[in-house]
Amino acid sequence: MATIAVIKRKCTGCAACRAVCPFSAIDMKDGLAEINAGCRACGLCIKACSYQAIVALETKRDSVDKSLWQDFLVFGEMTEQGLHPVTRELIGEAHRLAAGSPHQVHAILIGAGLDAAAQELRHYDLGKILVYEDAQELAYFRADSFAACFEDAINTLRPSVVLVGATALGRSLAPRVSTRFQTGLTADCTSLSFRENSDLVQIRPAFGGNIMAEIITPHTRPQFATVRYKVMDAHPRAEAARGEIIRRPLPQKARDSKVRLVDSRPVPPAANISEAEILVVAGRGLNKPADLDLVVALAQALGGEYAFTRPLVEKGWGSNDRQIGLSGRTVRPRLIITVGVSGAIQFTACMDGAEKIIAINQDEKAPIFSIAHLGIVGDLYDVVPRLIELIKAGGREHAGI
Amino acid sequence: MKIFVCIKQVPATSEVAVDEETGVLQRSGVASKMNPFDLFALETALRLKEAGGGSVTVGTMGPPQARDIIQEAFMMGADEGYLFSDRRLAGADVLATSYTLSQAIRSLGDYDLILCGKQTTDGDTAQVGPAIAEHLNIPHASWVSALDLAENGVQAEQQLQDTVQTAFLPFPCLITVEQDIHVPRLPSMRLKKETRDREIPVLDLSYFMDQNEAHYGLAGSPTQVERIFPPRRDLEHELITEGDLAQALYDRLRAWKIV
Repeated sequence: MATIAVIKRKCTGCAACRAVCPFSAIDMKDGLAEINAGCRACGLCIKACSYQAIVALETKRDSVDKSLWQDFLVFGEMTEQGLHPVTRELIGEAHRLAAGSPHQVHAILIGAGLDAAAQELRHYDLGKILVYEDAQELAYFRADSFAACFEDAINTLRPSVVLVGATALGRSLAPRVSTRFQTGLTADCTSLSFRENSDLVQIRPAFGGNIMAEIITPHTRPQFATVRYKVMDAHPRAEAARGEIIRRPLPQKARDSKVRLVDSRPVPPAANISEAEILVVAGRGLNKPADLDLVVALAQALGGEYAFTRPLVEKGWGSNDRQIGLSGRTVRPRLIITVGVSGAIQFTACMDGAEKIIAINQDEKAPIFSIAHLGIVGDLYDVVPRLIELIKAGGREHAGI
Repeated sequence: MKIFVCIKQVPATSEVAVDEETGVLQRSGVASKMNPFDLFALETALRLKEAGGGSVTVGTMGPPQARDIIQEAFMMGADEGYLFSDRRLAGADVLATSYTLSQAIRSLGDYDLILCGKQTTDGDTAQVGPAIAEHLNIPHASWVSALDLAENGVQAEQQLQDTVQTAFLPFPCLITVEQDIHVPRLPSMRLKKETRDREIPVLDLSYFMDQNEAHYGLAGSPTQVERIFPPRRDLEHELITEGDLAQALYDRLRAWKIV
């Protein structure tokens, strides 16, 4: 913990610090560097200063007694289809982090009709499974009611680490609970590690994924982290059911919510390419409208959505609501596969935040390859049909057929 | 109906290059803009005001140059704007940022509805909104894709994993809105002229009810950035030009756990 300060008599006003500051937190005032309110204390300016004019002033802070906070608590998110699969991944990660330490892994379930999910969780090497069930108060998601249950679970177990899936629900709930405990929450962690002193090292992208930050919560407990679906490895299901199910009474605060459900319906099938996790994009490399079937089929095989570049929409091959680009939508899926797309900047600027980019194009010099993690230089009419076959065959194998 | 919209100034580009050798960040210029997701929150606020009357106030925490985005909000139709700026607010993480904003909102008066964008493009956490609601002890809904006025509250539609849930939230409450809830209007030249001289009060810690410095900025932040480093070089632009292209692509999809 440190505050960054400029020693004015040493500062020469060279502005080298300002050039490296990622937060625009250094102003030049009267020819000298001055730290402004944007400072995140990353310390890059200290290294950049050739005159040792920037220092970190250590400030002492009271720490909690970390030995009083033990174990991992995983939030088990319920969906219409039962447990959200991210739950098994969080359990897997918690077990990996806890391995070789005395820390145990527990889970919490909140909702209505939780019997099957609670029984299922007993197969994942958990210590305790805390269940908060109420057919009225917890029948739908209300952040305040759910937070009240979560608070009770944390007070009951006093976990060192709390892991929540970075889903729409998880990212709405977790900040309420972490704030209630006046502690830290790190969103969308891509990698975690656990120190002997029980500090959780959380790594996440900053600045749209171009820079990674390593974050710790050194003085408070519990340590909250959210992790996106399909980032961690799922814990294998054990035959033996071991976890102890503990049904907790509904906390009074969970009854106090003034939020009322008006309507709840299954997600409409209408495509929203901005929310799709996997996108396959058709570009000018396609010869005729009927060939779009290939792109659609690949998207379906991957469980994703299809989209278009502007030229295709202008030709009337596709609709504007599926268009990616400055005149269409910006997308940031987990995976995007471009098929016959050359990669104009108006297009790439609106999709290069995707976690993984695969480009299929015949022209080795196409600009799309400069932003693609994987470039396939070849004829899309050869590659795509065979790829669809491989995915389908792999899926059958996986299903044991 | 008094509406407060939280806005933030962010770098105009996310293209921050990292020097491979030194790990030092290199910015090209320091151009800034309003967080694009905040435009949707502001547009929503303006529409609710047009439908139900009231006022729209915007507020931002940041350095003095963050005035620019308040002026931009005026050009879209916001009535008032405040800048929360104080060296002691620097280094704030989610907890300290949300606490600062909650204190600022409290010190300015009673708002019925607080609107936020779904996330910022620099921090990208999507956590500050719900955390403000917790500090203020009011209900919230995140990722709201449709928002309508109801009696003494709002009706908010939010998409969860496999359901779309519509709920009534009584005032006061906080809503973070999805992108595309409404198309943000363009700044108006007329408003630009009219609001050119409108005052933008700058509030520092002395305006807040809680003046304990330890609750703000770096001191009030439980998380600590230990280091910043370039992403692993899985950004290598691997190019496959021969062999079984489809098989190579498929193998990669498996390695990435896509299939």
